[in-house]
Formats: sequence, structure tokens, C-alpha cells
Amino acid sequence: MKVNLKVWRQANPQAKGGFVTYTDVETTPDTSFLETLDILNESLIERGEEPVVFDHDCREGICGMCSLYINGHPHGPATGATTCQLYMRRFANGETITVEPWRSAAFPVIKDLMVDRNAFDKIQQAGGYVSFNCGGAQDANALPISKVNADEAMDSASCIGCGACVAACKNGSAMLFVSAKVSQLALLPQGEVEKYRRVRAMVAKMDELGFGNCTNTGACAAECPKNIKLDNIGRMNRHFIAAKCKM
Amino acid sequence: MKEDIKVMNPADSKIPEGPVAEKWTNYKAHQKLVNPANKRRLDIIVVGTGLAGASAASTLAEMGFNVLNFCISDSPRRAHSIAAQGGINAAKNYQNDGDSVYRLFYDTVKGGDYRAREANVYRLAEVSNNIIDQCVAQGVPFAREYGGLLANRSFGGAQVSRTFYAKGQTGQQLLLGAYSSLNRQIQLGKVKSYNRYEMHDVVLVKDENGVERARGIIAKNLVTGKFERFAAHAVVIATGGYGNAYFLSTNAMACNVSAAMACYRKGAYFANPAFVQIHPTCIPVHGDKQSKLTLMSESLRNDGRIWVPKKLEDAVKLQKGQIKGSDIPEADRDYYLERRYPAFGNLVPRDVASRAAKERCDKGFGVNNTGLAVFLDFSEAINRLGLDVVRQRYGNLFDMYEEITDVNPGELARTGSDGINYYNPMMIFPAIHYTMGGIWVDYELQTSVKGLFAIGECNFSDHGANRLGASALMQGLADGYFVLPYTIQNYLSDQITVPHFSTDLPEFDAAEAKCQQAMDRLMGIKGKRSVDSIHKELGHIMWEYVGMARNKEGLEKALVELKRLREEFDKNLFIPGTQEGMNVELDKAFRLNDFITMGELVAYDALSRNESCGGHFREEYQTEEGEAKRDDENCFYVSCWDYAGTDDAAPTLIKEPLHYEAIKVQTRNYKS
Repeated sequence: MKVNLKVWRQANPQAKGGFVTYTDVETTPDTSFLETLDILNESLIERGEEPVVFDHDCREGICGMCSLYINGHPHGPATGATTCQLYMRRFANGETITVEPWRSAAFPVIKDLMVDRNAFDKIQQAGGYVSFNCGGAQDANALPISKVNADEAMDSASCIGCGACVAACKNGSAMLFVSAKVSQLALLPQGEVEKYRRVRAMVAKMDELGFGNCTNTGACAAECPKNIKLDNIGRMNRHFIAAKCKM
Repeated sequence: MKEDIKVMNPADSKIPEGPVAEKWTNYKAHQKLVNPANKRRLDIIVVGTGLAGASAASTLAEMGFNVLNFCISDSPRRAHSIAAQGGINAAKNYQNDGDSVYRLFYDTVKGGDYRAREANVYRLAEVSNNIIDQCVAQGVPFAREYGGLLANRSFGGAQVSRTFYAKGQTGQQLLLGAYSSLNRQIQLGKVKSYNRYEMHDVVLVKDENGVERARGIIAKNLVTGKFERFAAHAVVIATGGYGNAYFLSTNAMACNVSAAMACYRKGAYFANPAFVQIHPTCIPVHGDKQSKLTLMSESLRNDGRIWVPKKLEDAVKLQKGQIKGSDIPEADRDYYLERRYPAFGNLVPRDVASRAAKERCDKGFGVNNTGLAVFLDFSEAINRLGLDVVRQRYGNLFDMYEEITDVNPGELARTGSDGINYYNPMMIFPAIHYTMGGIWVDYELQTSVKGLFAIGECNFSDHGANRLGASALMQGLADGYFVLPYTIQNYLSDQITVPHFSTDLPEFDAAEAKCQQAMDRLMGIKGKRSVDSIHKELGHIMWEYVGMARNKEGLEKALVELKRLREEFDKNLFIPGTQEGMNVELDKAFRLNDFITMGELVAYDALSRNESCGGHFREEYQTEEGEAKRDDENCFYVSCWDYAGTDDAAPTLIKEPLHYEAIKVQTRNYKS
């Protein structure tokens, strides 16, 4: 099959970017979308041009490195899958596919389709942990945890930190990302102890870094490649209000 | 190859005195420590943020050291440990099935085909239980039973259920746990985190006695394209394995061996490079544009049954696409692992399962269009447990498989006249997955260069010739949380009066200049071929001659081919763009240069090890039934390769003899 790729090219953070369309890129339905970009890049290198820069690493949907806003959707048309898990059978022969970087003030473009998501690390650094030192833990089975809570914590912990939620949100909000970590740790007795301190610190950092607020549209959850649920935001808001009341 | 083989002084491995079960306790009781006030004065560089790197960086910082932590990706959370699916072993014996530290130790040594160091493995088994405690305390959401206690499952090479898991995403959850501890230390200012940086060289500085010690690194800022210098009292590399030398592997795209190669070129021995693990359950190769292979977790072998047709004519029909796997009735299926290894069945170790798949495919029983695939079937499990239970256990893996291949393994294909419900089977084939070989380290995880330590997959220490499933996570976290933070103090205790280093030392000037020259050389080749096209060729050579089955003739051919490929690289490489700013192709070329050297190292080692053991199978050394034939009389050693001063000459082999006190070395038996 052949597709046309309309790709955002931008030389560096300061440069003005723009779309460039590459026509008739040869691929097959069994080839992944990123491998199709590899094919495009090989042909660009053959012509002596610079390849399209994009983030990618594990190529099995777990590292959260790949991004790409494809035909108006973060991670493309498939639901519950990252860009690297997207295969060309999802597209029609001859289709023109538009590929953009994440668009958000908090994620500046580094080059072409690659953005800087350091803001996510900073939010995690503000409080996304249990405060204890290695060596001091009690036996792992000393504290029973209900399977329901453990499973729910696991669902929240499945977040891969890719930033699709921010890219999908008209407000550029990071609420789904932040609430997933807040929920995971609040649901477990180990993290419950400092849940108010945590939610205050993480929300404050999120606001400081320029992420927008949540208006309950739900685009984040609809586009999340790991199906992180909107309930997490509800839980975070409850804890946040409770934390404010305790101040 | 040079034949003047040297033998290492046994004392160099620094294995403590006493019975194997008491060595680690004795070591800790007598090692030197650094007091809290002095820890603040000491800087440690940790390169890598996977399970080993992140856990070491956070734990060292918690203790009070100043840590500089380097990450090749945009965030420490992306390291490839995140992709580990199945689980982590520990000798908790929560299932009351007879597990113990000794049994985990024994299984690991046996699984490694008796080529690991006993003392290291015992220590690993010993601290395995602490790891589970540590991770639960971090808020890692392991799977639990309704009673609230932790759940376990079985993995290959074990007859007990000792594997802890978090759905099919155990590596992710353990890494995010380590990442959270690391984040806390970054917030507290004890760890300085450098993302999108790649180590290019380790800097050695002579002390007042003329002893060279690792005192820093040269790292490239991948965004600006500029080299930067970093100094410290010790350097720890935790940069993973070299599987990507084979181009197609289950490793992530950025996984590379360059940091380890930099250490090797500065005098750190490279140990057992021939021990490469080929994982039996990966999605088969589909075409030449493929960029990587996807692993299907070993945990699937708990309930999945591996088979090929009994009749050759059925296999031929499958290869031609005339029938599907589900069309073949139960009576015509050859569950060859259950047939050959009744005691362990589908849960034999990875090397055994991989070779058995190759054997069937070589005989013409492969089940896809290339003839290089076998079936992994869940019909029996779904009929026994129901689809819901099976999906609960493996649902995310089924979905992943379907996304890639367009086949749903949980879909009912037909109900046979025999009354059996037949479901679509998965197709799988072995692929390069993990490297047991790595930088040589002593018991303290120190390399043959003073002040330079290697942890996690990038060292060689614990898995011998084959790693058991769910042991990589265990080793990475053991090294990072519980071993290195102790042993590094034994080194640093006499460094407390050494002041912070300046990066203006001439040694740093020289190292940076060399790194810059290497970049200039790559940019200056100006040939015609892309990095990937040469890398794919490297992969073909490695898979063909240095892959699952090796022989003398093929390995000699590989060395010739690799030399030719090196010349091609030096003459015909093309990198577009400039050195200013980000240049992804330049960074890939830098790594490929090292992969070629690594490929040669694997071939040299495979050629010199005249036996078959674990992941290293030499066709000349096998039993009549096709099982690996070890040679304990002549090959009971760790091969340590010492750099010759140039990539063009063969390295020197130094043998570290193995000594077993607790375990009787015998032929591995998974049949009865």
C-alpha cells in the first residue's frame, strides 16, 4: 500500500515549523506506523535530507516515549493503544495522514515531532512517592490489602506518562496524569498516610508549570492509550478539597 | 586468536570466606563503611535509570551520597526495564510449596547451566525477599488474593510458585516504584538528574600512587549536541545489555552497549559475551522493514501449550496458508516440550525451549509462511478455566498480540467432532532477548578498573550461561537496592579525604577531545549508506552465525564478515545534518560502531568456548538427543576479555576459574 504523510517539521525550539507532505510512501498493512516513518526516513537519508525526528523507544506500548498526534488523535485512530502499536491496516491505501507533535504550552517542541515532557517529571518529583528509605520495610505480607483496592491501584498505576491526555485536552490539562498517581498511592495503605500532603504538592506544581484546568470534557480518558479512568480525577478533587480544609 | 591464555588469580574475584550461606553476612559484618558526615562529601555518578540504575541512585542518595544520574531518554521512567512483563522471583515461600533461599539459589545456578558464581547467586537469592518488602512499601500494586495477601505464579526452570507480578506489567510497576524513590531524592536535592544525555567515555585519573581510578564521564547532551564533563569519586554504569547487536531483538530502540564498550576500552574486562539469551516466545518476524521484535511473556507458558503438527503434510499446508492451526485436531498435535521434558513440560528454561522450537522448524514443522514459527495454544486452558479467567491472567497480552497480528488468541475457532473447543493459537518464535554476559565484576560489583562499578544487565554476575524467567528484575533491584550501596562503601571509605574533582584536569581534556574526534570521524565518512542499513546487515551476520546454533566454521566466517562490515561502515556510512543540535543519525552511528565491536567480541568468545552450555550452543558439542553437552573439565570458567588497545586486534582471554562448594555440578535434567 501507499500513503501520503503530512508531517510537522521544525528545526529547533525557536524555529518556525510547518507541514511538509511526503507522497507515495510504500508500506504494507502489517507494518507499524513507526516503521512506516522509518521507511520515510530511510528514503530521506538516501536523498541526503535530514530524517524526521520523533520520540520512540520500546515499540511495544509500555515506555510512553512515543507520542504523535495522528489525524487529529493522540496516538492515532486506535483506542487503548500507543502510536507504536498502531499498524497500517488501520489506514486506507492512498490516504493522506497528518502527523503533528503534542500541542501544549507545557510541552515545547524540541525538533520536528519531538517535544519536551520534563514538566511531567517535575510534577512526580513534587510528591509522587511514598516517603521512606530503602531497608526499612516490613514483611510484604504483614499488611493485607483488599484485592479490590490493589486492582484499582494497579489500573491507575498503568499510566505510561506519555502526555496524550494533555494533548487531547482543549485546556492542556494534566489532571488525568496527576490523578492517576494520586489515586494509586491513596488507594494503598503505604501511600495513604501522606495523601493530603501529596495531592497539595502535585496540584500546586501542575498549576505552576502552566497546565490548564479540568472542565470535565473527558477527552483525556477517551484518548488515553492505557484507558486510565476519569474517576481518578474525581478522587483527586475530593482529596484536594479535603486537604485544603485541613490546612 | 592468541593462544597464550591467562588465568585470573582467584583472589581477584574477592569472594568472602566461609560457607556460601554465610558469605554475605560475613562480608557486611566486616566491610568498611563511610560515616554520614563523610557521605556528604562524596559524589557518585550513576549512568542509567533502569531498575538497577534508578534503585542504586535513589538508595545511595538516601544514604547521603551526592548522586549524578544520567538517562538517555526524556525521563528516567522510560528505561527498558519497563517492558518486563511476567514477574520477579523471591524465595518468600508464601505458597507453602517448599521454596527457600537455598532452592532459589540452586534453581538459578542450575538454570544458568553451572556457569555462574555460587557466592553471587546465593546473595541474590538471599536479598530477593527484601526486594518484595521494599517494593510493596513503595506502593507497587502487586497482584493479590481475596484475603489481601500477595499472589504468585510459576516461571520456567522452577517447580515452585515464587514469581510476584503486577498484571503483565511487572517491570513497569517495579521501575515506577524505583522512579518514585528517585524522584523523592531529586526533590530533596540529593540526586541531580540529567535526561537526554548519553555517556561517551569514562575518565580515569591516576591517584598519588599511580593507580588509575574512574573519576568521571564525558556525556553528550543529545539536545544541544555538545559534550559535557562530569566528575565524581566513583562511577557506576547500569546501562543494560547488548541484544541490539543482533538488530532485531526484544530490546528497545535506544538500548545500546556504548557505555559498556567505553569501559571495556579503558580496561574493564568483558565477561562471557557469548552468553546471549534467546527467548522462546516472541512474535515471529514478518518482513524486512521490521524494527524490533515483541516478546510474549513467559508467564503464558503457565497455561499455554506449545506445539507443532505431528504430520509433516499438515505443516506444509499451514506454511501454504491452506489450513489454520485450529483446524488440526488434538490427536495430530505434537506438544514437543511435554513429550521431551515430562517433568517441566512447557516450563523448561528458555534456552531449552528455544532450541526445541528451532529443532522442530529445522525439520520442516514450522507453522507460518516462513516456516519459522510454532504454536502457543490456550484451548486447553480456556476449556478448563473459562475464557474470563484466562483473559484475567493474560488479557493485555492477548490484546497486544491481536493489535500486531490481527489474530485474537481468545477467539473460538471451531468445535471439533471430538467435542473439543478449538481456539486460535498464537504463533511464536525465539528472538534475542537478554544478555547474560557483560562487564566483569568482582563480588563487590567493581570492574577491573578501580572505582568503576557495573550493575544490572550490564554486568555478567549472576545468571551464568542462561537466565531464568523473572530473575532479571530480581538481579537489577538486588544490585541497586541491596548490594552496591553496601559494597561501594568498602571502596569509598578510603576516598573520604579526596576532594571534589575538577573537570579541568588534563585527563578530562584528553577524553573529551577523543570523543569529539570520534564524532568528527563519523560525520566525515560521507558515504552512501544509512546507519540502519548497515545495522541490519550486522544483525543478519550475528543471527546467522552467532545465533541460536553456532559452529567453528560459522564463527570464523562471522569474524571475517564483521571485519568486512567494519570496513564498509568506515568507508560508506552517511549521516545527514550537522553536529549542531540534535542529530539522531549521528547518535545511532556512534552506537552502531560499538555494536560491531561487540559482535566481534561475542564471536571470539563463542569460538573459544568449546562446549555447549545454556544460551551458548555449539553444534559440535551435543548429545545424540540434541541436548547441550557441557565440558566441565575444560570449560568451568568465566571468560574475561581484555581489550587489546585497538578495535582491530583480537582481545586477550583471561579465565576466572569457578569454584563450587555448595552445589554438585551435574548435567541439567528437566526430563524427570
